[in-house]
Amino acid sequence: MCAHTPALGAADLGCIRGDRPIFAGLDLALDSGDALVLAGPNGSGKSSLLRVLAGFLQPAAGRVHWYGTEIARTPDAHAARLHYLAPYNAVKPGLTVAENLATWVTLRGADRSGIGPALETFGLGTLADVPGRMLSTGQARRLALARLIAAPAPLWLLDEPAVALDREGCQTLARVIARHRSGGGIVVVATHQDLGLPEAPRLNVADYPPADLTEALLW
Amino acid sequence: MVDAATAHDAAAEPAATEAPAGPGLWTGFRAMLGRDLRLAVRQRGEAARVVMFFVLTATLFPFGLGPEPNLLARIAPGVVWVTALLSVLLSLDRLFLTDYEDGSLELMVQTPVPLSVLVLAKTAAHWLTTGLPLCVAAPVIALMYAMPAEAYPVLLAAMALGTPSLSLIGSVGAALTVGARRGGILVPLLVLPLYIPILIFGVAAVDAALAGLPVRPHLLLLGAMLLAALPLAPWAAAGAVRQAVD
Repeated sequence: MCAHTPALGAADLGCIRGDRPIFAGLDLALDSGDALVLAGPNGSGKSSLLRVLAGFLQPAAGRVHWYGTEIARTPDAHAARLHYLAPYNAVKPGLTVAENLATWVTLRGADRSGIGPALETFGLGTLADVPGRMLSTGQARRLALARLIAAPAPLWLLDEPAVALDREGCQTLARVIARHRSGGGIVVVATHQDLGLPEAPRLNVADYPPADLTEALLW
Repeated sequence: MVDAATAHDAAAEPAATEAPAGPGLWTGFRAMLGRDLRLAVRQRGEAARVVMFFVLTATLFPFGLGPEPNLLARIAPGVVWVTALLSVLLSLDRLFLTDYEDGSLELMVQTPVPLSVLVLAKTAAHWLTTGLPLCVAAPVIALMYAMPAEAYPVLLAAMALGTPSLSLIGSVGAALTVGARRGGILVPLLVLPLYIPILIFGVAAVDAALAGLPVRPHLLLLGAMLLAALPLAPWAAAGAVRQAVD
């Protein structure tokens, strides 16, 4: 028995969406400051794994732990400690860039003084008063990413964060991730782009095929 | 080597990596309410559509039924309530749909503020942008139907007590169907049966006022339904939203 308890741990994780098994027997253990890159072809279950880690999706098998406590026991505390970046940007066309960000910063209980620097970091400083409907796809993505740093949270679960970002945006994101990790934060990211994480372990979700599915195919 | 107790100590969370404490309930409520009201003000079409539907539908009845003052005065309370109810129903599918489609609902679930508080704030914004304008427009319809003046205060009181319940009960139906394809068809089926008591007592209050009977029991019943819906509906709707996000 290992005496060490990882910050984010999962053992023998299995997931079923609808009536389709996605993956099974997946283990992971991440410590403070660690990063994990999820790899695998489209549809292999990267997003499903992130949603299981976020607590949105109940795993069909296994459990997810945060410092030894099962996340399903304290769903509210788990939700508050993570940023799950979905493929959608949740940018309201009727609100300005600053208002869009301020809503979530306030609801997360973070200090509103973080809004300005977060927008500056992602190059949206001059667009603070522009309505969300005027943003390009890449700018809306930057606004969604600005939430990560405007309201601090120790665990980042990023689902294709670099989609629609230009080269400079990707570099900014890589820098932000590095800073988050040096402060003890954890990042799990599903991406096909280079985000400055060459040393981070890779986990190919396709390596954990559900046994039931294989049997069903043989049948 | 390491026994269980110290192993647990070693695993204790470093304080620096824990999320900040959440905002107060009231701060969270206000932030959500403010956001939805701001959106409603900037997209005025939505609220205007509901009131337009209310006024236009009520205007059509006299054309269909003939302009007999006695008949119109008699059906006025029923027409006001039925059209108000249908107007609210029409606006319900938008309550969570846009937030569901753009991913805002997922972010709401992730905040430290209890989801039921955020749902209550959204419902309050819904009432302020639909129920309240309907309360303001109701006397105009009553005037058009030549309803006797003594029933106006009761009509307003009944609408003020009844329309928040319509928004609250509607929020449960909207939340239950938000993840479903073609949920818009399901909402009326789910919500209308629960609206019927409000319709009955809302109309009965005004009828009682017109007949010179006591109106208190009807208004008290409307108030009781509001007080029951106030804690129960956000709680149920929050549960349904959680399911939708899954």
